[in-house]
Amino acid sequence: MERAIKKYWPVFVLPTLAAFCIGFLYPFCQGLYLSFCKFTTIKKASFVGFKNYIYALTDGAFWHSFGFTTAFTICSTLLINVLAFSIALALTSKIKGSNIFRTVFFMPNLIGGIVLGYIWQILLNCVLSLLEQPLLALDATLGFWGLIILLCWQQIGYMMIIYIAGLQSIPKDYLEAAKIDGATNLQILFRVKIPNVMPSITICTFLTITNGFKLFDQNLALTGGEPAHASEMMALNIYNTFYSRTGPQWKGYGQAKSVIFCLMVIMISLVQLKATKSREVQQ
Amino acid sequence: MKEKKSISKTLLTILFTALALFWVYPVVMILINSFKLDKFISTNTVFKLPGAESFAGFSNYVEALTSQGFARAFGYSLVITVTSVVLILICTSMCAWYITRVNNLLSKVCYGLFVFSMVVPFQMLMFTLSSTADRLNLDTPFNICVIYLGFGAGLAVFMFTGFMKSIPLEIEEAAMIDGCNPIQTFVLVILPILKPTFISVCILETMWLWNDYLLPYLVLDRKKYTTIPILIQYFKGSYGHVAMGPMMACIMMTVLPIIIIYICLQKYIIDGVLAGAVKG
Repeated sequence: MERAIKKYWPVFVLPTLAAFCIGFLYPFCQGLYLSFCKFTTIKKASFVGFKNYIYALTDGAFWHSFGFTTAFTICSTLLINVLAFSIALALTSKIKGSNIFRTVFFMPNLIGGIVLGYIWQILLNCVLSLLEQPLLALDATLGFWGLIILLCWQQIGYMMIIYIAGLQSIPKDYLEAAKIDGATNLQILFRVKIPNVMPSITICTFLTITNGFKLFDQNLALTGGEPAHASEMMALNIYNTFYSRTGPQWKGYGQAKSVIFCLMVIMISLVQLKATKSREVQQ
Repeated sequence: MKEKKSISKTLLTILFTALALFWVYPVVMILINSFKLDKFISTNTVFKLPGAESFAGFSNYVEALTSQGFARAFGYSLVITVTSVVLILICTSMCAWYITRVNNLLSKVCYGLFVFSMVVPFQMLMFTLSSTADRLNLDTPFNICVIYLGFGAGLAVFMFTGFMKSIPLEIEEAAMIDGCNPIQTFVLVILPILKPTFISVCILETMWLWNDYLLPYLVLDRKKYTTIPILIQYFKGSYGHVAMGPMMACIMMTVLPIIIIYICLQKYIIDGVLAGAVKG
């Protein structure tokens, strides 16, 4: 049978593979090469070696955006997971209307980052002006927390769904046995429920880390990096290096930054792979 | 003991009701303001309900649809999403079947590359991708789906192969012995079994495509074509007076279809997202 299918490879594999080469492979390799070049368009590229990387690694704004992104990722990961897990716990304890709550909390996930960013920009700016505080675009700290609120609002529902699925898959016998043995609710939570949903916790943690790290749309729509690039995250910093600067050197710098960014994301994914693998062995 | 429990449950329900209200409030606020006249939308009045003099009826919606180009943007978004999702579903499911059933170098290399492409952030290839698309004339809403097929193939192939591994080989062998060629086997035997995964992949890709901003912004010919996210970003980016009323109407018309579809297909959407999260 394998041989029969093999003959049909132009039908089965070729369309996807061709599109993949156009849409991913070729631009990726070209991007890798261009990170060593000085260029304004692809045809006018001249090789400059590691100059772009040296610039990218000594660029203060890039490091600032790295710091901002890291702080943001840590804060949002902690907040989203703790809140989502608490909500999931409450919703699995059979309170009235838990289905409606689940529906409502998940809803923001379906709205795109740009629209979300805009909605919250209007709302937060109105609240801030009522409190007589500076607007979002004028204060980086407020921008930071605004982004955190926005991302929490968007992603708590998503993580909650994963946690609910994890909590519901715990066998009822475990909980009953613990209760009969006289365990308090807290003990049940920490000794039975949390160890049993560890796989969900791993998934959610990494999802929130990568989502936070790669955040672009929300950042662009909510603060746009204002004031003076202070609330700029890495993805937006790369974008601005590419498209809002004129001069022959900037595109090369941007490409080098994006390769560094890409390596960081790959590193996070490798750690994730290892974490998931080691857990599989334990089971 | 029992009474105490029921009290705490009632308290919890009240707390969650408040939280749920907070959750829908931003959308409700936009909805309320989209019915106000332009000059009555300011930081002080944004939290008030429209009164007799500030009520605008549907005029904001009419203006958004006619003069702000919302209808066109909606059409382009729809075309891009539908063509791309259909293309992705057909091509990647076939590709995934080949990868799971044939064990040679081609399928191994493909699978490795697809998984790798899921990790790479878009910023890595945004410049080169947009110039490649330019050169190949893939910069209209009608053929941008080729780019999306390439860029979205990773997740779809990954999810399809994950499910196909659990389909028993005997069913296909029986079909082949009965005289089906591989294409017939795939269409008549595999596709019906794949239906749940199809729905999941369809939902995930639709959510991504409908809301995608940067890729169409960079790839499409900007003067001719705008999608909904691009339109909304334009509103915000334009300097001077922003017509708040029509803009809120635009946001509402973007959000409402999503919410209606979500309420109708809730079960499928949540299952689909869950499947994607656990596999990814």
